Amino acid sequence: MTEDLTTNPNPQIVSVPIPQRAQAGPGARFIAVWRGNGLALVGVAFLALVVLGAVFAPILTSYSPTKVNVRERLKPPSLTYPMGTDELGRDIRTRILYGGRSILISSSLATLLALLIGTGLGVFAAYRGGWLGELLMRLMDIVLSFPAILLAILVVAALGPGLINLVLAITVAMVPVFARLARAIVLSIVEQDYVIAAKTLGLPDLVIIRSHVLPNMLPLVLVQATGMLAVAFATSSALNFLGLGVVPPTPDWGLMVAESQRLVFDAPHVPFFPGLVITLTVMAVNVLGDGLRDRLDPMGNTR
Amino acid sequence: MKYLLTRLVWLPVVLWAVVTLTFVVLRLAPGNPLDAIAARAIASDQIERVRAEWGLDQPLWQQYLVFLGGLLRGDFGVALSSGVPVIRLLGDRLPPTIELALAAMIISTVVGVGAGVISAVARNRWIDYSVRLLAITGLSVPWFWLAIVLIIIFSVRLGWTPVGGRIEAGMDYQVRTGFMLIDTLLTGNWVALGSFLRHLALPALAIGLTSAGFVARVTRSAMLDVLRADYIRTARAKGLRDQVVVVRHALRNALLPVLTLQGLQFGALLGGAVITEVVFAWPGVGRLLLESIQRRDYPVVQGAVIFVALCYVLVNLAVDVLYHVVDPRLRRA
Repeated sequence: MTEDLTTNPNPQIVSVPIPQRAQAGPGARFIAVWRGNGLALVGVAFLALVVLGAVFAPILTSYSPTKVNVRERLKPPSLTYPMGTDELGRDIRTRILYGGRSILISSSLATLLALLIGTGLGVFAAYRGGWLGELLMRLMDIVLSFPAILLAILVVAALGPGLINLVLAITVAMVPVFARLARAIVLSIVEQDYVIAAKTLGLPDLVIIRSHVLPNMLPLVLVQATGMLAVAFATSSALNFLGLGVVPPTPDWGLMVAESQRLVFDAPHVPFFPGLVITLTVMAVNVLGDGLRDRLDPMGNTR
Repeated sequence: MKYLLTRLVWLPVVLWAVVTLTFVVLRLAPGNPLDAIAARAIASDQIERVRAEWGLDQPLWQQYLVFLGGLLRGDFGVALSSGVPVIRLLGDRLPPTIELALAAMIISTVVGVGAGVISAVARNRWIDYSVRLLAITGLSVPWFWLAIVLIIIFSVRLGWTPVGGRIEAGMDYQVRTGFMLIDTLLTGNWVALGSFLRHLALPALAIGLTSAGFVARVTRSAMLDVLRADYIRTARAKGLRDQVVVVRHALRNALLPVLTLQGLQFGALLGGAVITEVVFAWPGVGRLLLESIQRRDYPVVQGAVIFVALCYVLVNLAVDVLYHVVDPRLRRA
């Protein structure tokens, strides 16, 4: 800072906003950010389709996701049933549209919860440190010494199946990841001159956290959250596949694969389509995460 | 060295913590294992007897101490459903899971490193793009669905592999270590070995290919970093052949981050094994765990979770040690 003042004869110029940036609308900026990253855009588009499909399922299809229709059972894909029907004669496309709901809700809710709790714990541990912060981080280490899916299985085994327990199980497995990242970021930020300056000026901790720590942390946490969203999708579908998530006849992608697993000989299309949609959705999130990482975290802190 | 010693000192603490967390989480369960027994309509005087037998009438902290004391003597309790000691159940089920996870790890390393090297060397050419697309597909596919797709292709359509199990039903073989590869090799039972390998192929592929996606990505970026280094330019300038430069000079150094990843991935492989075992009726710890959850057989659930978590902790410790062996810079530090 002092160097700037001495070498720059007219220091006010530094604070003049750059006009082009200010004039570009949010749309133009969005395009600028994503230019040259077509794959990430495809990912965003696919995710939008999945979300819209899940929200507007009742409008998009006239079939019921749960009503049994034995006369139409195990029909191969056709014009009437684009993805065929399952063992109980239910339209698979309809069940996939509705089935997006449970996985979207459980995964995004779990990621959001893990982000809030984990980041909060991490910031606390780094900023207030002390024995409590140390204890918290050791606890996070212990949680991380379980394979994520195993921990989720353990939690669901204890709490029983159901959407809320599913969310809790995935959240618990993901909290430490956010806590570690947040702690590492905060520790590096509080050493910066501007934070030390703010502290010297006597600004309260909460003000410093809000105006200096959080804004600098946000991009990295966002990148991490996208990565974790993919993990949440995978974990949610796996738990549902194992029968530890939502309860039938609620349509769910993982559950649909599980229920039709033994049809591989007679009607392989029944387990095929729901699994394909899981794969494409997780891929879309991963591709989006890669794009975000290239833009927001070129140094690879969240890798 | 100091770092490794610290890790070794901490190991018992980590193990204790893993065991305790498992105990605590399972005790959070609404109701207790007795509900499960009661649900099978046992007479009430029997419930009291069972309560005493399992120590469920004691306060929680006392149960915990008894449980810890048992673990130290290698006593994991007795299965509620069969009365068989949990440690015996686990002993039978652990070798198949380890076989599966190791086979998957070999596949993921070979396929992943190979693809990553090709991708890095052919940077920004179509083969690089295809490998990258395949890698991201691989790491996005759920294990259970890849398993089913493999079954549809290789078992149903081509008829090359069985749909499940570890060996053909009724096939005779001698059990010595519980590891079928070793047992069949020791006894020279080639027929059983062939059958085992054909049963192993699909589940190992289902887990390994998913993890190969991660390995390929890490290998590629590590290779790209290394290929930029001065000593690579020197090696090229010396007139060494391309293959020699890539394999002997670049790949060796690029493998370090891959090693770390594989340590972490082993947890995912174990998790993948749990799920894939269910699809293929593979008689491992994962299937035991799932069956026990359905039966609400808590001692077995507890034992299986602890066993798998311990494997994970130990493998990561081993990777850390290996890391110090492979990278001389860390040894000096």
